[in-house]
Amino acid sequence: METSPLLEITNISKVYPNGVVANANVDFSLAKGEIHAIVGENGAGKSTLMKMIFGMEEPSEGEMRLNGQKVKFRSPQDAIDSGIGMVHQHFMLVPSLTVVDNMILGMEPTRGFNIHYKEAVRMTRELSARYNLAIDPLARVEDLTVGMKQKVEILKVLIRGARILILDEPTAVLTPQETEELFKQLQALKREGHTIVFISHKLKEVKAICDRITIMRAGKTEGVFETSSVSEREISRLMVGRDVVLKYDKGDRKPGRPVLQARNLIYVNAEAKRVLQDVGFTIREGEILGIAGVEGNGQSELVRALTGSLPGAEGSVTVGGESILGRSIKDIRDRGVSYIPEDRMRQGAAKDASIADNLISMFYRLKAWNRGPLLNRKKIAAFSEAQIERYKIRAKSPEQPIGMLSGGNMQKVVVARECEAAPKLLIAEQPTRGVDVGAAQLIHQRLLEMRAEGCAILLLSADLNEILEVSDSLLVLYDGQFVAYYPDASQVTEETLGFAMLGVQRQSEAEVRRAIHD
Amino acid sequence: MIKAAHFEKIRTLAVILIALVLTFLIIAIISDDPLRTISIFLFEPISSVSHLGNVVEMAIPLMFTGLSVVLLFRTNLFNLGAEGLFYFAGIVASTIAIHWTLSGWLHPIVAILAGALTGALLSAIPGVLKAKWNVNELVTSLMFNSILFGVGLYFLNYKLRDPQAFSNSSYKLQPSALLPHLIPGTRIHLGLILALLCIVLVHYYMYRTRWGYELRMTGSNRSFAEYSGINTTKVIITVHLLAGFLAGMGGSVEVLGMYTRFQWTSLPGYGLDGALVALLAKNNPLSVIGAALFLAYIRIGADQMARLSDVPAEMISIVQAVIILLISAEQFLKFWKTRMLLKEAGIRE
Repeated sequence: METSPLLEITNISKVYPNGVVANANVDFSLAKGEIHAIVGENGAGKSTLMKMIFGMEEPSEGEMRLNGQKVKFRSPQDAIDSGIGMVHQHFMLVPSLTVVDNMILGMEPTRGFNIHYKEAVRMTRELSARYNLAIDPLARVEDLTVGMKQKVEILKVLIRGARILILDEPTAVLTPQETEELFKQLQALKREGHTIVFISHKLKEVKAICDRITIMRAGKTEGVFETSSVSEREISRLMVGRDVVLKYDKGDRKPGRPVLQARNLIYVNAEAKRVLQDVGFTIREGEILGIAGVEGNGQSELVRALTGSLPGAEGSVTVGGESILGRSIKDIRDRGVSYIPEDRMRQGAAKDASIADNLISMFYRLKAWNRGPLLNRKKIAAFSEAQIERYKIRAKSPEQPIGMLSGGNMQKVVVARECEAAPKLLIAEQPTRGVDVGAAQLIHQRLLEMRAEGCAILLLSADLNEILEVSDSLLVLYDGQFVAYYPDASQVTEETLGFAMLGVQRQSEAEVRRAIHD
Repeated sequence: MIKAAHFEKIRTLAVILIALVLTFLIIAIISDDPLRTISIFLFEPISSVSHLGNVVEMAIPLMFTGLSVVLLFRTNLFNLGAEGLFYFAGIVASTIAIHWTLSGWLHPIVAILAGALTGALLSAIPGVLKAKWNVNELVTSLMFNSILFGVGLYFLNYKLRDPQAFSNSSYKLQPSALLPHLIPGTRIHLGLILALLCIVLVHYYMYRTRWGYELRMTGSNRSFAEYSGINTTKVIITVHLLAGFLAGMGGSVEVLGMYTRFQWTSLPGYGLDGALVALLAKNNPLSVIGAALFLAYIRIGADQMARLSDVPAEMISIVQAVIILLISAEQFLKFWKTRMLLKEAGIRE
C-alpha cells in the first residue's frame, strides 16, 4: 500500500520556552485506514507530537501535510475542521452535564433560538448505534464509569466529523475487560475507514491491535515498523536503547513486625457519601502491600488520610505504635513516613526551583543540614550530585530547574528524595505513572531494595502489571471497601484482579479481614 | 555565543533600550530642541555631584520598597501594600522625632524601629487574612493603602500640624532624630548604608537559610511546600511581617533623612514604584540595587529636563508604562529565545 500518506509530517521540531526540546526533526506519516501506534519512553516527545497535530502547540519548525496539502493548525478548532479528533488521557468532559450536552457542546443543533435537544439525542443515538458504542444519551457524565466516559469522548470526536482519531494512552485507566471492549470498538472504527493513532506504554496492547508502530526516543523517531515484523522485546529495546527485563526476582522474605496499622477508617465527604467504609489493614516491615482498584473508589482518600491531608477521617492509624491520624503533615513525616504523590506536577515538585531545592525538602530542617542560621551548601551539593548519579537523572547540573526535566527524570527526583529519607513507611501512589520503561524499572528496583532494608511499603497503582509484579500481598478497593485480599500477589492473574476491581467477584468479610494480621 | 540561559537578562536590557528609544522619539516630536533635551535627560543626572546625589537619594526609598515587594512577589503574593505602610511609618517616625526626647544616636534608631515595627504589624493583617482564610491580598492591601493614608492624614492634621507653618506640614523634627548626611554637597544620608545592609541580609535570608528555602518553595508551588511539611500559613505571615518591616523602615528613613518636617499630604508613590523595581529586579534582592538606581536616574533626568527644557517630567510615566508592559509580556522576544534554544540543541545551524 505505497499510496501517498493521509497525514505526513516532515522534519518537525518543538522547543518549549523553558528550553526543553520535545521534538527534534521528527518525521511521521499516517496511512489511511490504519491503526498506528506511537510508543516511546516518557519525555520521548509523543504527546508533544500529538499536540502539534491537534493544533494545541505550534511547531517551532517543520511542516505538516494533510492529503498532500500543506496545513498549519493554529488551534484545535483548525484540526477539528480538518477532520482530526483527539481523546485526551484525562477526560475533557463536564461531569454535571448529560452525555448529550457534552456531545454537542460548542456545536449545538438549533431550532430558532433554542437548542434542538431532540435532534441532538437522535444524533447521539444514531452515532452510538452505528459504531456500537452503547451509551445512554441522557445519563449524567458524573454517574458513568471510566470506560463509559471514554466512549463519550470517542463519540464526541466522531460527532465532530473526525476521520483521524488520536487516542492518548486510552487504556491507562481501564480494567482488562474494558480494554478488550475498547479494542473491539477501535477495530470497528477501522473497518468504517477511520484512521487511528494509538499512544501507549503497554506493548502487549500495541501488538494486539496496531498495524504499524512508530518508535520515539529522546524527541526523535527511532523507526517505523509493521507490527507483525517486530517483537515486544525489540520494541522495548529500541524505546530505551537497551534490553528491559519486565520480571523481578524478589527473593523470599518473611515480613517483620507491623509498621502501619489502620483500623476502622471511615470518611464521609461533603456530599454525605461514605467514601471509606470501615477499612483496616496492616503493613509489616519488609512487606509491599499493593492496593488495586479502579480510580475513584476511595484510593486517593485513603492516601490523604494516611498522609495527613484529609481532615474529617475517623478511625485509628498508627505508625510504629504512634497515632498519626489527624496530625500535621510535618508530624507524620517526622515519624518516618515518606510519600511519593500521584501528581508530581501538583504536589511532588516545585517546577521553577532547582533540582537540589527539590531534593532537600525532606532534609533542610535537620540540624545536620544547617550550620547555624545558614544551610550547609556543600552537603546539599554533594547530596544532589550523588542522587543524580545514583538515580541516573538526566540533568546538566543540580542547579537546573526541575521543570526542564522530562516526566521520568522528574519522577526520579521525587523518588530519590522520598527514599533517601530512609523512612519506616513509604506510600507510593502511582510511582511510575507516565514514566518510561527504563525509569519505571529503576524505581521498581529501588522499591525492592527498600523492602529488603525492612521498609514497609504501600503501593497504589492503576497499572496492573506493576502492582502484580512488585507487591507481596494485594488488597482490592471497591466503592470504599476492601473486597478481596490476596496474601500472595504472585498467584493472582490480571483477569481475577480485574473482576475484583469491577466488584463482580467479592471475597467474604473474613477473607478480607486477614489483611489486618492480628 | 549568547546562551538561552541569559535570556531573561537580555530581555530586560532590550526592554529598557526600547523604552529609552521611545523616550527619544517622544522628545523629538514635542521638543523644539530635541538634541539638547535628550542630552539633558541623559547626562544632567551625572553632570554634578549634587545631581548624582539626587539620584542616590531617590534610590534609597526605592530600594526599601523594592526589597519589600521582592519578598512578597517571590512568595507569589501579589501585595501592593508597601505604599500605605511607607506613608504611615513616616507619620509614626515623625511623631517620635517631634515629641520624644532621646539622646543623639538613640533617637533615630528608636524612631526608625517604631516605624518599621508599625509597618510589620499593619502588614500582618492582610497576611493573616490571606494565610488563614485565603482572602485576596491584592484587594486587602490596596484597601489598606487608602485606610492608612486617611488615618495618617488625620494624625498630620490634628496631632502633628504646626499652625505656624505656611503649608500643611508638621512641627519641626528634632535635629537629634535626623539621619546624618554622608557626602558633603549632597543629601545622601545614612539610610543608604541601612538599605544596602538590608539588601544583603535579605539575599542571605532568601537563598541561604532554611526559612528562605521555605519562602521560595511556598512561592514556587504552595501545594508542594505543604506536602513537604512546610507550614505555609506561618511562611506567609512571616513574609508579610518582614515586608512590612522593610516598607516601614523605608518610610521612616526617608522622612528622617530627607526632611525637617513631615509634609506628605498625598501618598508619595514609593510603594507602587517598589513593584516596578521588583519587576525590573526579577525578584532578586541584589538586583534591587541596580533597578532602584536606574529608576531614580531616569526620574532625576526627567525632573531636570522639565526644569531646563520644554518637555514636562510626566513624560517619564510613559516610559515606565512601556517598561512594565514589555516586561510583563511573556511573549515578547520569545521567537528569538526559541531560535537560540534550537541552535543550542543543535537542530539549527
